[in-house]
Amino acid sequence: MSTAVLHPETDGHAVGREVMLRADKVTMKFGGLTAVDSVDMTVHNGEIVGLIGPNGAGKTTFFNCLTGMYLPTSGQVTFNGSVLPPKPREVVKAGMARTFQNIRLFPNMTALENVMVGRYCRTSSGAFTSIIHGPKYRAEEIATRERAAELLDFVGLGGEGGHLARNMPYGNQRRLEIARALATDPKLLLLDEPTAGMNPQETKDAEELIFRIRDTGLAIVVIEHDMKFIFNLCDRVLCLVRGKVLIEGTAGEVQSDPRVIEAYIGSPKTKENPDA
Amino acid sequence: MTASATTRQRAYNVERIVGLVGGLIFAVSAFFPWAYGHEALDDMAYFGSPSPLQWFAVVMALALINCLAASLLEPTLNNSTGFLKLLGRISKRFGWIRGARALAIGMLAYAVLAILAVALELNGLVNLEMGAWVALVGAGIAFGSSMMLPTGRAPFLERIPSYPVLEIATIALLLMGMLFASAYALSQEDGGTFLMVLVFIGALAGFAIGSGFGSWVATAGRRHRTVLVSSAFLVAFLFPFTQNGSDANMSIATQVLIFAATAVGLNIVVGLAGLLDLGYIAFLGAGAFTAAVLSESAFATINWHPPFIVVMLLSGCISATLGLIIGSPTLRVSGDYLAIVTLAFGEIFRITMNNLDGSSGPNLVHGSSGIPAIPNLNFFGFDFGQSHVVAGIELGRFANYFFLMLVIMSIIILVFTRLNHSRIGRGWVAIREDERAAEAMGVNVFGLKLLAFAGGAFLAGFAGAVKAHVDVSVVPDQYVFLESAFLLAAIVLGGMGTVMGVLLGATLLKLVPEKLRFMSDYRMLIFGLLMVVMMRFRPEGIIPNQRRALEFHVDDEELVEDVEERLPYEFVEFEEVPA
Repeated sequence: MSTAVLHPETDGHAVGREVMLRADKVTMKFGGLTAVDSVDMTVHNGEIVGLIGPNGAGKTTFFNCLTGMYLPTSGQVTFNGSVLPPKPREVVKAGMARTFQNIRLFPNMTALENVMVGRYCRTSSGAFTSIIHGPKYRAEEIATRERAAELLDFVGLGGEGGHLARNMPYGNQRRLEIARALATDPKLLLLDEPTAGMNPQETKDAEELIFRIRDTGLAIVVIEHDMKFIFNLCDRVLCLVRGKVLIEGTAGEVQSDPRVIEAYIGSPKTKENPDA
Repeated sequence: MTASATTRQRAYNVERIVGLVGGLIFAVSAFFPWAYGHEALDDMAYFGSPSPLQWFAVVMALALINCLAASLLEPTLNNSTGFLKLLGRISKRFGWIRGARALAIGMLAYAVLAILAVALELNGLVNLEMGAWVALVGAGIAFGSSMMLPTGRAPFLERIPSYPVLEIATIALLLMGMLFASAYALSQEDGGTFLMVLVFIGALAGFAIGSGFGSWVATAGRRHRTVLVSSAFLVAFLFPFTQNGSDANMSIATQVLIFAATAVGLNIVVGLAGLLDLGYIAFLGAGAFTAAVLSESAFATINWHPPFIVVMLLSGCISATLGLIIGSPTLRVSGDYLAIVTLAFGEIFRITMNNLDGSSGPNLVHGSSGIPAIPNLNFFGFDFGQSHVVAGIELGRFANYFFLMLVIMSIIILVFTRLNHSRIGRGWVAIREDERAAEAMGVNVFGLKLLAFAGGAFLAGFAGAVKAHVDVSVVPDQYVFLESAFLLAAIVLGGMGTVMGVLLGATLLKLVPEKLRFMSDYRMLIFGLLMVVMMRFRPEGIIPNQRRALEFHVDDEELVEDVEERLPYEFVEFEEVPA
């Protein structure tokens, strides 16, 4: 699949070093619980950033803060130089799209229709032109459908467009969710556990798909528990523990850090650390 | 084939033959008198010359015999050659037993209804002649045997190749049949006869759906949508010509149209956007009051009488504004809360109108006495109050309004279907399916909900403006909560998210009470029971939107496969369905 599919205007390899997304001391409290505690994160153009951490570390909550589904208690999120309002719709319009940890497709719509819904924010034909089938409506409907079919092809679901989303195999649902997110023309894609529940072959395919998306010039932030996957894929990795950034660095650095291992599986019981 | 399977097949064949005999008995019973007196139903007291109702019984019996005979002969036909083999292959595609079951249920209901009606109308069971009992026995036998037979596979008639001429001819014939059936049903003065005609039509419809013929017609209708829609309107247009100047039936028909148009508008809110609105009648009322206040009635309070087209647009705009006012704060809450707020809004509207009487508030609508004596419309010298003779048939006052409502109805249907199949319709489906995911994908959830709310209100205002002139007077107490409930019931009964379903539901809910005056005391009881039965057996309505049906049946795999073949049509208008 050529890189022109996603960003016709760039050649796909112009990986700049400008900061695209900057989260600045983002804190999210639910009552007395601090789920995310002043987390800083930057994402540069064309970068794949991994977000790891044990269950309950606040990864998904942080995602929700980034995408406007939660209003952070303090801190702010800047995207391409402007502060993001806490409205999911505005965030999508600005160029950030996400997938969900537990797949949230529109189950009773076909695959093609699901992706077409993703085009909603990039089209604008209103009620009047839809009713009279005005030229704008016709042009947009045809373009929407073509683009949706193109994206289904891109994620490897070409020819599956007519199936109901709820009737598709699990792996394909994940792909479809990515296609739907891509349909919003994002500059940054946030993937929440894209390989959860997949077998090794499917994980490999997903990895290959994410690389292809990166090659088209998109930046990607990915939450994942599969360490092999994350270290193959990511330029940079953040490890979150109990809402705080434990360590940030290249995949190799994070992998070899004893604190990360400790956070996941605990430390051996020693004389210096009898409580572990 | 194993021995036990052969035995079972033999047992089934015996069942089929028993059913055939039952059907035959039912058919023969029609030639015997059913009732002792001539006053009961449509005079079933003759030997050897059936009344129309008895002929209907013959038709049902013949259809049942056809079903059972086809399923009995099918294996034999398939083992033969030539033309018989072809017949067998065609027959294989039908769901004969499913059709037979629907017919047998219909026959049983028909016989029971006839016996009850005769007994009631002539005071006592003694007035029943032998024919009626024979019919009951025949129907019972047919019912028992068809219920014991296995239904077999689902019919797949819609998968046969397309024969355009045949399809269009069938559509035309069916619509013509509907025109005559509705004219015939309407001309029945007797409540029992009317009900029996309804049961007959229902049994035939059940037979069509069960045997697979219905889905073939539905597929044909989708292939030739323009033909279907234009001929449906032609039939509706021709309807007043079958009434020969009878204002009684035309008045009912016009009221049905107004009710149906309002219900289709409400279906945008309920069926498409998935918002429960319990105060929708207020928007119809707002339109009616606007039109009344601006009419040339001597009681109108505003001395400005613009042409009706302006009045209609104004009515729509005022209703839509009310929709925006009530919607913008409440559409942020979900489900039940919205229902409660709209319920309250409906009541507030009625009470406000009652108070605009000059003593509690400004005298705008004369309070509870409302605005009477609204004159008929006059379009460029065409007086809606006058009768006109066209092609030798007299068209009265209500026929004029019927034609006007038909135009408005077509506008409302156009708005409904076009919005449903657009980017906006996709947004509505997405909101219904998963509101948070829709929001996260950039769908303007609040804006789309508000659009549905205000748009629906606008269309109701349209219908209200005409209603003011049809009803001659506008009184606040016409716009009570019960009417909102009926509108909603029409949608739930007919089918959420479809035009055909709502038309059917609205017709049933408005027409049946008009014809069955004698049981008007039990109207609510019967509707309540009907709703409970619907919720138990077919929660998505009689003619539901495919997607709505899916939402109600989460585990139905057969339905999923069925819908997958059809759904791509919904949002593909300009090219072939993607492979």
